Amino acid sequence: MTTKEIAGKTIHFDDSGFMADAKEWNNEVAVELAAEIGINPLTEMHWQVIEFCRQDFLANGDAPNVRRITKQAGIPTKQLYKLFPKGPAKKAAYVSGLKKPTGCI
Amino acid sequence: MKNLIILGAGTAGTMVANKLRPKLNTSEWNILLVDEDETHYYQPGFLFIPFEIYQPNDVIKPKRRFLPDGVELIIGKIDRVEAAENQVKLFDGRQLNYDYLVIATGTHPRPEETPGLEGEAWGDTVHDFYTFEGAVALADKLKNWPGGRMVVTIMEFPFKCPVAPLEFIFLADSYFTQKGMRDQVELTLATPLPGAFTKPVAEKHLSQMLADRDIKVVPDFYTEMVDTDTNVVMSYDEEEIPYDLLVTIPVNMGADFVDRSGLGDELNHVKVDKETFLSPHYNNIFALGDAAALPTSKAGSVAHFAVDIFTENFLEHIAGRPMTHRFDGHANCFIESGYGKGILIDFNYDVEPLPGKFPLPGIGPFELLTETRMNHWGKMAFRWIYWNLLLKGRPIPMVPAEMKMAGKELELIST
Repeated sequence: MTTKEIAGKTIHFDDSGFMADAKEWNNEVAVELAAEIGINPLTEMHWQVIEFCRQDFLANGDAPNVRRITKQAGIPTKQLYKLFPKGPAKKAAYVSGLKKPTGCI
Repeated sequence: MKNLIILGAGTAGTMVANKLRPKLNTSEWNILLVDEDETHYYQPGFLFIPFEIYQPNDVIKPKRRFLPDGVELIIGKIDRVEAAENQVKLFDGRQLNYDYLVIATGTHPRPEETPGLEGEAWGDTVHDFYTFEGAVALADKLKNWPGGRMVVTIMEFPFKCPVAPLEFIFLADSYFTQKGMRDQVELTLATPLPGAFTKPVAEKHLSQMLADRDIKVVPDFYTEMVDTDTNVVMSYDEEEIPYDLLVTIPVNMGADFVDRSGLGDELNHVKVDKETFLSPHYNNIFALGDAAALPTSKAGSVAHFAVDIFTENFLEHIAGRPMTHRFDGHANCFIESGYGKGILIDFNYDVEPLPGKFPLPGIGPFELLTETRMNHWGKMAFRWIYWNLLLKGRPIPMVPAEMKMAGKELELIST
């Protein structure tokens, strides 16, 4: 567990470098986390994905996979890759303040 | 008379029938089990067929042999569940009324979900090993394969037995080494996840195994299509992996009737409470095993632990009492690593796989997150346990439904 100052808040990060507590997240934190991984600015489409990921995580306890994001948030896969290049599920989870999508091991 | 209908006579459905029949009075309860076919497959054995460690006959037995007296097996294809009417409709027109329903129809590979996968190359340069037919065809292919680039691709997550692709590639390394042709084979594993290992402790203990075996991992690779004319797998961000032999883990989806019945998520897995398996919408519908959308592995061991919890809860539920047992997501899986060795992992919703001894703390005989010969023998013994204890609902000695922390070593990972 590490901490970092982001958007004036002390944020906790887990061993994978993802936010440890989704409750510490807010929109300003998202903007800084996105900029850190080269996504700048966050467009309306980005926010649509982020909002879906957060809602889904709060409901199910897991960050959604690509198929779930595309089907449920109504964003085509190609477009999702343009918004969050090279690993959209992982990057969207990171910016949304969620745990890294993982397997069992 | 009351009717309990169980859809699916696979691992979970068969266990439920065996656990509940002795507990539900036969003068009050009918138990009906619905399935499409008569054959029970030992699915963990599919992995061994391509490498001729198991023969096809080792993994098939008649379903009826594992059902207790007093359970009726109905063979038919399910059209839909009319949940508001407490009715299951079959395609042949039969209508079955239930008081309680358990959905245990599993999850299945869907190669048609990936453009290019199904076609003339299927069974030739493109294979899978998650079906009986696929595993047998791949055994045939490997017998005379001259070598080249073998690429194992995972198309989507979740899929059943999430350690099987790793086991497959470890066994391939061992198999080609024993054939004296390992230097003529390139092994690559492509996964949509951020790595072959994604949990910090497992990654620390096991990632060296891939480098030692010269297995290349392509992380964050989400397949868009397979071009079987040029033998290339393409990802959505336009990366390409060329292959000579492609072994796919196709998209896994639950049964189509789940979707038609409005009970599923985007992959037709049934939405249920992760601790009790009860539908959030219907107070008399449960889903168990791979069919359920749960944030743990889709695996027989999970189904086994889940059924133990479910049985107790179900008896409380039908008596009108609150369900007092909670499933913790416990999974316990042997990972075959080739050369006569294996690894054991034990984890749940909250605790990732950790090193230690299992099942007896400090003694074992199995070692967690470590490659040992004993773990391999555990995996080999499991087939007997599956047919003789697990399916019949008998307890497996010293392996409780709830995960135990005793015997596990807590580690602090700092990054």
